[in-house]
Amino acid sequence: MRVGVVTFPGSLDDVDAQRAVRLAGAEPVALWHGDHDLKAVDAVVLPGGFSYGDYLRCGAIARFAPVMSEVVDAAHGGMPVLGICNGFQILCESHLLPGALIRNDHRKFVCRDQRLRIDNAATAWTSGYEAGDEIVIPLKNGEGGYVADEFTLDLLEGEGRVVARYLGDNPNGSMRDIAGITNERGNVVGLMPHPEHAVEELCGPGTDGLPFFTSVLSALVNG
Amino acid sequence: MARVVVDVMPKPEILDPQGKAVHGALDRLGFGGVADVRQGKRFELEVEGDITEERLAEIRTLAETLLSNPVIEDFAVRIEEPVSEDGLGA
Repeated sequence: MRVGVVTFPGSLDDVDAQRAVRLAGAEPVALWHGDHDLKAVDAVVLPGGFSYGDYLRCGAIARFAPVMSEVVDAAHGGMPVLGICNGFQILCESHLLPGALIRNDHRKFVCRDQRLRIDNAATAWTSGYEAGDEIVIPLKNGEGGYVADEFTLDLLEGEGRVVARYLGDNPNGSMRDIAGITNERGNVVGLMPHPEHAVEELCGPGTDGLPFFTSVLSALVNG
Repeated sequence: MARVVVDVMPKPEILDPQGKAVHGALDRLGFGGVADVRQGKRFELEVEGDITEERLAEIRTLAETLLSNPVIEDFAVRIEEPVSEDGLGA
């Protein structure tokens, strides 16, 4: 199984994401933002960071990077795509996921171990969890406030497309405590916290993030 | 050359933390009487040739596609007075 990780100018967590893919048992494949080439990967991770310096809006310029036309086409075709943090912002700007992410309501960058509840364990990236599982993984963002209109929020809730919610204090003003969502098909997932930083006991708050990366292998094998 | 200005503002119902920060600073500096502050972006496009309805339509598409995110922002497009070759204004 080959899982691509896209590097944009300003990506920070691409190497950690590659490492998480490797620890999950797949082959990480580095993808370059400027190439119209997915190198025959089976799934794609858009990592965290500050692509294009967050200029204009987070993810707004990365959305138009050459590789994204291939990612968007592949996502529409059912390929699993996970966007983490800046990757989530890029997925929203690309209209692969609804809504947008705006500056944290308290205006400070937040960096902490965050408790989450997995609400949808049926996506390509969360099948290794049980619905209702509580996990702790790092959260680090300045613009992580998830917003959408009431109609969209009700639609997401009604279709079970909220993948994960913040537990405890809402860290960034996200509407309805939303930490992650998925598309109708369940192959595209956007998540503000960082599962790739919680895949080894040595560092980080534990290994609660690893199932995101093992889930996609099961999805690919069974799909 | 003509200048087209695109103003982008957060939608009224969207929280604007930057505007709130600026508002808070105004209060601390003693500038009273400001009820609210919203912060947006202004883009100045120096457009070659004449501004036709077709060019304006293209610029609106550009504003909707890249310069603003319609989920959270509104935009307005307007033409500024022509700029002369020496840059001193018409």
